[in-house]
Amino acid sequence: MKALVPIAAVIGVLALVPLVVHSTATLNFLVVALMIALAGQGWNILGGYGGQYSFGHAAFFGTGAYVTAILQVRYGVNAWLGFGAGIAAGAGLGAIIGGLTFRSGLRGSYFALVTLAFAELLRIIASVAPITGAGVGTLIKLDLGARAFQFQSRAVFYWVILALVAASLVTTRLVECSRFGVWLTAVRENEDAAQSLGVDAQRVKSTAMIVSGAMTAAAGCLYAQYFLFVDSGIAYGTWISIEALLTPIIGGVGTVFGPLIGALVVKSLGEVAKLVAGDAPGLDLIIYGAVLVAVIWLSPRGLIGGFAQARQWFRRFVVPTVTSSQETGRA
Amino acid sequence: MPEPLLAVDRVTRRFGGLIAVNDASFTAREGRITALIGPNGAGKTTLFSIISGFLKASAGTVRYAGEDITGEPPHLLARRGIARTFQIVQPFAGLSVLENILVGAHLHNRTRDAALAVATRVGQDVGLTDLLDRPAATLTVAARKRLELARALAIEPKVLLLDEVLAGLNPSEIRDIVPFIRTLCDRGITIVMIEHVMQAVMSLAEDVFVLAEGRVIAEGRPARVAADPLVIEAYLGHGAAGKLGASHGH
Repeated sequence: MKALVPIAAVIGVLALVPLVVHSTATLNFLVVALMIALAGQGWNILGGYGGQYSFGHAAFFGTGAYVTAILQVRYGVNAWLGFGAGIAAGAGLGAIIGGLTFRSGLRGSYFALVTLAFAELLRIIASVAPITGAGVGTLIKLDLGARAFQFQSRAVFYWVILALVAASLVTTRLVECSRFGVWLTAVRENEDAAQSLGVDAQRVKSTAMIVSGAMTAAAGCLYAQYFLFVDSGIAYGTWISIEALLTPIIGGVGTVFGPLIGALVVKSLGEVAKLVAGDAPGLDLIIYGAVLVAVIWLSPRGLIGGFAQARQWFRRFVVPTVTSSQETGRA
Repeated sequence: MPEPLLAVDRVTRRFGGLIAVNDASFTAREGRITALIGPNGAGKTTLFSIISGFLKASAGTVRYAGEDITGEPPHLLARRGIARTFQIVQPFAGLSVLENILVGAHLHNRTRDAALAVATRVGQDVGLTDLLDRPAATLTVAARKRLELARALAIEPKVLLLDEVLAGLNPSEIRDIVPFIRTLCDRGITIVMIEHVMQAVMSLAEDVFVLAEGRVIAEGRPARVAADPLVIEAYLGHGAAGKLGASHGH
């Protein structure tokens, strides 16, 4: 329980933001950042803790988004039920992709490429299948009200999504100190050694993919519910696969807060780059890219890893010199 | 005579045209230390990999506690109580020493507290108490070997397959670890060890099997096996036994 205190503190602070900030643009920005954090947390379970780097988490994001949207628009299902179904679909897809890839023993870059292929496959299907609205996409009817999971106030939506981010942080923390989590990191570090200690590596990885798929799908559901529109390029586009892996990597891979910190930093960076670049086309992306390269280069373990390293360095070199100079002063 | 706890029966393993293990049989008696020796490339580690499920046998069977376990996957064999260490140590490099041992300790302990208690105790047993918080990647060779041993012990094995745990250690480190292996045996763990350090084999093992070119060429008590002309020739080359015998004659 003690381990959950930092999560409660961070979420508590974030929950106060809409009381202070009323700007629609800022809240909009935060809502999107939190969605990315949620998608990134899904990636982090599988990639950060399990060491299975997926390049195709759009598959889960898009499935969550489409399932929520299609169930509401075509079958008149309640939005909250659609939301649940979207998460379940993400978990199911995780079971399928996990079963197929891990059973055939795909690891490393082969695994990454196959996940990318799954996402692209789904994107192409979604861009032609009638049920998804093909090229036109699916529009969710405006029906403001809690029953339809639509809110007039951005602040309310912000709190809903913050609650889900909180749930994802708690889930990650629980995974971290469970037997499953210990086995998952063991598989990441050395699959053979883990198996020799009784770890069913294939099962552990598949389970991680199910949890991962469910979380990223939840982000997709929220996206559909917030923008009330889905098309194949948004749902299954490479952009979300990249954001889902970039945020934990920038924030700190295999850490509870990595994806949240990464999402806030990466998204802020994008905004700042746009401001700095002004009207020059593409300059914001160049600045954005350069800073990301710098972060990964300087701190391969992300911002959290970099911070820990800096603290260690401070303790080792700065603190001893301070105390020793004090001692000499006394002498 | 009771059935041996572990019985490898006429196991063969081919890699393409190469026969790494050729019709090899050996047994390990419960509660004893059995050594597998032989020149480099004799197929000892391959045989271990077959027993522990990492490689499939091309032919032959492995029986454990009366059951045929040939071809079972490694994690199920570990759950049955067969633990192995790796000749080239395989630490979870990014984790601390305690976390490494914890992976094994979780096999029979679901809750974190119980597993931590077991891991701490096992760490103490192998003499890693002071290093429990250190990242495994920073350990010395000797400490890595101990960690390899600790992790395997944490799954509370009935049979322990030790693949050259003494290799790379200096004589004083070997002197430290040999009595520890004996205490494991006293605790009722059946040990099968691959070892090149003959002094340790002679002092620890009760049964020795000698592998050369994939075949078992000799078996028996350590002293008898060490004097076997076939064994001497396998290590030192054809005719060596005769020359040794002649020089002793002078």
